[in-house]
Amino acid sequence: MSEYIEHNADGPSVGLVKKELFTFDEGGTGLTLDSGRTLPSVTLAYETCGTLNEDKSNAILVCHALTGDSHVAGYYNEEDPKPGWWDLMVGPGKPIDTDKYFIICSNTIGGCMGSTGPMTRNPETNHPYGTSFPVVTIGDMVRCQRRLIDHLGIDTLLAVAGGSVGGMQVLEWSVRYPDRVRAALPLATTTKHSAQAIAFNEVARQAIMADPTWNKGDYYETGRPEHGLAVARMVGHITYLSDESMRHKFDRRLQDRVELSFDFEADFQVESYLRYQGNKFVDRFDANSFLYLTKAADYFNLENQHGDGSLVSAFSRASCRYLVVSFTSDWLYPTYQSKAMVKAMKKNGLDVSFCEIEAPWGHDAFLLPNDRLNGLLSGFLNRVSNEITGGK
Amino acid sequence: MRFDLQVIASWIEPGSKVLDLGCRTGSLLSYLTREKNIIGTGIEIDEDAAGQAIAKGLSVIHGDIYEELEDYPDNAFDYVILSQALMQVSDPETCIRDMLRVGKLGIVSFPNFTHYKNRFQMFFTGRAPMSKELPYEWYNTPNIRVIPITDFRRFCSGMNVPIVKEVAISTYHHDEKGRVITFLPNLFATFGIFMLGQSKG
Repeated sequence: MSEYIEHNADGPSVGLVKKELFTFDEGGTGLTLDSGRTLPSVTLAYETCGTLNEDKSNAILVCHALTGDSHVAGYYNEEDPKPGWWDLMVGPGKPIDTDKYFIICSNTIGGCMGSTGPMTRNPETNHPYGTSFPVVTIGDMVRCQRRLIDHLGIDTLLAVAGGSVGGMQVLEWSVRYPDRVRAALPLATTTKHSAQAIAFNEVARQAIMADPTWNKGDYYETGRPEHGLAVARMVGHITYLSDESMRHKFDRRLQDRVELSFDFEADFQVESYLRYQGNKFVDRFDANSFLYLTKAADYFNLENQHGDGSLVSAFSRASCRYLVVSFTSDWLYPTYQSKAMVKAMKKNGLDVSFCEIEAPWGHDAFLLPNDRLNGLLSGFLNRVSNEITGGK
Repeated sequence: MRFDLQVIASWIEPGSKVLDLGCRTGSLLSYLTREKNIIGTGIEIDEDAAGQAIAKGLSVIHGDIYEELEDYPDNAFDYVILSQALMQVSDPETCIRDMLRVGKLGIVSFPNFTHYKNRFQMFFTGRAPMSKELPYEWYNTPNIRVIPITDFRRFCSGMNVPIVKEVAISTYHHDEKGRVITFLPNLFATFGIFMLGQSKG
């Protein structure tokens, strides 16, 4: 997903937030991952906003997408030019209303925004893990988040919400810990990557690995594979847009010139945009993390991991209410994938609402201002919350 | 709420499971949830209407009636309602059979095409009738079927679907008030409302 694409600096805001850290080591044994490998300890960076009520029943976990972070809303300090990545949705009076709910967002394991990942120093070697970091899964991400929820003293989450790879975590939560989730909001997501989605991720990974400075992942002292990571990001950005949104944003317009250059400068605005996005990304993201996170997304397969190959039996473990949302122009996780999960939920008699929102902006639509999405989220959360409080 | 929906609501047992096909913005489901404590689900093909219904806190699936009906297990609901949508259904037989597969009872309501005003219009003007209930020209109507109460009864008996209950009504005052028509309903009723049961054997 593209981060921080829209915000309104003058609108309501949760104000200042801070990045917090939580470290656990499973009583000294370390965390054994889906791969079978063990990490001696795991740290998660997280952010909270709003107030946890007395019976701790108003907590909503927000899961970020592929390259997001724990900074979901508000500002770290007064000079911050931009708020957290979902500030449009999370804040006072917003659909995920911080006046009513307590919001938690943590950086996933394998990430590079404060949580344990390939950039972390391996205590055994005192060097960053690099590619010796174990491959993590969406299931591992969710197990770590559960430890955080335990740590915060929350027994049952009112809701888990997220788009894209965040939506995969939402789905995973709902079948892995059914007793601890009242409602799930998987947005613009899928229960498994299509071959096409894996293909784009593989091209992005190859771009990183083909950069000589990548050095098999061991580059933290020698200089980072910036070019490879930038190209990887460019590939990603193509998948977040749509033919229509690209036509609307760029068409074939030229960048800072009136005629073709007849060289390999960025002639077209779309080229310039992708280069800009790629270069901007390099400043804040770790190339190895990108490899791990895309791999986790590719490995995700809810029906195999929880249903012996049957999506219906995977959802037989679930008991929460669902709000599933897809977008018409999202070709990365097309509507048919959302419909497949809705079908499996219905066959299990689960309470599900589904809406396919007409939007031309491609996969990124879930991060853009959208009154329909706002209405769906606030109405759905209101109802779930009223069911506990009896409407009080 | 529309009078025909009030009649349908009066037929629903409290606490039951209800599926409303073509639920629009969910006014019937909202009413039934509030007044009869039902567990309701809606299916609505229009994004705007479905979105508004979900925003009210209802469980609604944005999609096509046929496709969405298929996924439910047998007898998943106590009632499956098709209110003023049968005129737009391309295969009524399949639709009603599937309604009675997933629901123990089906409730179908539709504007009665052979209401006397329609008949007069056709007879005296020689044109396709337009009414408050069916307010379209031939070239812009979404209604691909016209249904007289009498024909609907024949249709049910042909399918071997038992009619458990039926009422014919005439509505007025923005359709929110109305009365039951017992005398020559096929002539005097603006709407027919039927409760259908599952075929025996």
